[in-house]
Amino acid sequence: MITPLALLGGVDPWIFGFSFLTVAVTLWMGFRSAKTSKTASDFFVAGRSVSVGWNASAISGEYLSAASFMGVAGMVMSSGYDALWYPVCYACGYLFLLLFIAGPLRRFGAYTIPDFAEGRFDSPLFRKIAVCFVLFIGFFYTMPQMKGAGVTLAYIFPGLPYWVGVVVVGAVITLNVALGGMKGITLVQAVQYWIKLFAISVPIFVLMAVVGFYNTQIGANLAPGETAPAVSSIERKPLVEKAPKDTAWIAPFGPLTTKAVTAAANALPAEQRADFLAEHQKPYSLLYTYSLIIALVCGTAGLPHILVRFYTNPDGVAAKKTTMWVMILIGVFYVFPPVFGVIGRNLLPELYSGVGAKGTDKIVLELPTLIGAKYGVVGSILSGITCAGAFAAFMSTFSGLLVSMTGALAHDVYGRMLRPQSRPAERMAAFKVAAVLIGGVAVTLGCFVEPLEINFMVGQAFAIAAASYFPLLFMSVWWRGMTMKGAATGMLTGGLCALGAAALTNLGTLALDKGPMGQVFAGFAPLNGFWAQHPLLRILCEQPAIWTVPLAITLMVVVSKATAAQVPTDIRMKMLVLHAPEKLGLKQEYIQEQQAGAGH
Amino acid sequence: MSSPTPAHDDVVHSESFLRLLMRRQLSLSIACAATFLVALLGMPLLNYFAPAFMATRVAGFTLSWLILGVLFFPFVWIISYIFIKRSLRLEEDEVKDVRR
Repeated sequence: MITPLALLGGVDPWIFGFSFLTVAVTLWMGFRSAKTSKTASDFFVAGRSVSVGWNASAISGEYLSAASFMGVAGMVMSSGYDALWYPVCYACGYLFLLLFIAGPLRRFGAYTIPDFAEGRFDSPLFRKIAVCFVLFIGFFYTMPQMKGAGVTLAYIFPGLPYWVGVVVVGAVITLNVALGGMKGITLVQAVQYWIKLFAISVPIFVLMAVVGFYNTQIGANLAPGETAPAVSSIERKPLVEKAPKDTAWIAPFGPLTTKAVTAAANALPAEQRADFLAEHQKPYSLLYTYSLIIALVCGTAGLPHILVRFYTNPDGVAAKKTTMWVMILIGVFYVFPPVFGVIGRNLLPELYSGVGAKGTDKIVLELPTLIGAKYGVVGSILSGITCAGAFAAFMSTFSGLLVSMTGALAHDVYGRMLRPQSRPAERMAAFKVAAVLIGGVAVTLGCFVEPLEINFMVGQAFAIAAASYFPLLFMSVWWRGMTMKGAATGMLTGGLCALGAAALTNLGTLALDKGPMGQVFAGFAPLNGFWAQHPLLRILCEQPAIWTVPLAITLMVVVSKATAAQVPTDIRMKMLVLHAPEKLGLKQEYIQEQQAGAGH
Repeated sequence: MSSPTPAHDDVVHSESFLRLLMRRQLSLSIACAATFLVALLGMPLLNYFAPAFMATRVAGFTLSWLILGVLFFPFVWIISYIFIKRSLRLEEDEVKDVRR
């Protein structure tokens, strides 16, 4: 008993109280709504009848993860302007979803992307291939959520090792999902959105009122070509050695996008460095920026746990309206996290020297305590609120991911592949086992990623989705010449290339870590030496979307043309169901034809 | 749902109806996407070729930061609002065409 009590010694009761309340309310709501729904349809997509407002809040609640809540602020603080592409593209990616995918996908009326893949190409085999990517994308997406959990718990309980936080939070959420399923998650997720918006906006407005507004805080940083900062009235703490210089931080093509070229330049003899940088730095960072934009914009339109939610709209019209409201809700949210990063740079520069759980990723949690110096307990209360928001962020996204991944494993792998004859009770048991299994893997992976930036890892999940599901959905909805072989070849090649590139990048970064992870992954250190020789390859590996997305689409077209004879025979009817207004009642006709066909 | 008349059925299932349907919706989507992409992909180019202009101070922000960090969000809302209005009107027209 001594250790837990000693841990509680440095705990701020306000911060602990708010966080605990968020967790308790989430669990209670999950269990309460679990009692009210019964059928399988309730279980997987919440009965498919949710109003536009609720659904939009729920999608936003599930989407705004630890990356949005903590990672964006941390990355803006560490890398400056270039990190702004993340919040902007996270929000704007929904436009692609709205323009090309949301309406048709809802009209087609399948529960999940694997359902769509099977229905569109009449191929159970393709369904199995599609299921794999729910798991690939899901695991890449859960790692940063787990890091968010580890960082937050290490902040609330100073002295607690990072991995304990990961294990505790992972276990609690896994248990919750295993016992409750997706039943009622719509309500929980919708409430979580409003908690998150409150938790990010209220503390930052109070902070700005005390220390100076967004624009003046940015103005205090020197822009290129200026001799004195635009605003001199702001109090700033001296930057530490590891922090990027003002002019590099505030301007485009800063430390984030030029990292590979800088590493390559440092490997050269000193007299060649300046020439090398002048020649390569800006073009390469432009390439990096474009690749990042493609990954995030296309990736948003291919995230499995978000697309599932579109089926809870009553029809295609509602699906479109919902998407627009989601863009407004998350757009409002994304204005705030960068403000934390900007103020953090001016007032908490010591975080630049921290690593892992003590680094810039915790700026959102720590910044509000600065008010405490002037206003006492208010600082703790505000920090408690942002901690509660962080809990809401990684809990809601992790539960959502866990439900889609468990659904894929229990519904597709167990229910359709391993034991098609299993009884409903066995399937429910399989759901629980699958939840625990996936939760366990996610926690294990989460323990390894402390040295990686939260936001960067989520970007990788987007890059994989952009090269696999996005081309699949986009092409199958708009091109009737697609065949199953074309779709499968493109999706597998593009997706696996992106997956491999992301994994290599992470292994290289982990090998550089000075802590325990550096020793575990020391075998991958030569990779960094290779990249120092070839900075262009490093960028294409770190941000693969610029070549994997076109590769996937090209393969889809070429292979589909080569196998044109295998286009589904009722393709015209399928296309009508995807594109014709629901009022014409084509969906009912299609189902009747399918049933009649099954009798042959 | 009332059972469709044979004439109506022919129109709906004809090749020309499907082509018209997809072409109309797709050209609207592409027009909206193009507007968005010109702005999104144009930003890095402006930063690349006109760095001094993009570093101009506007109320403390640099111009580049103001556009990307604040103004981009409402811009996308406007595009999506226009898209939804037009797309719903298209759907109504399609239903009318068939029923006529």
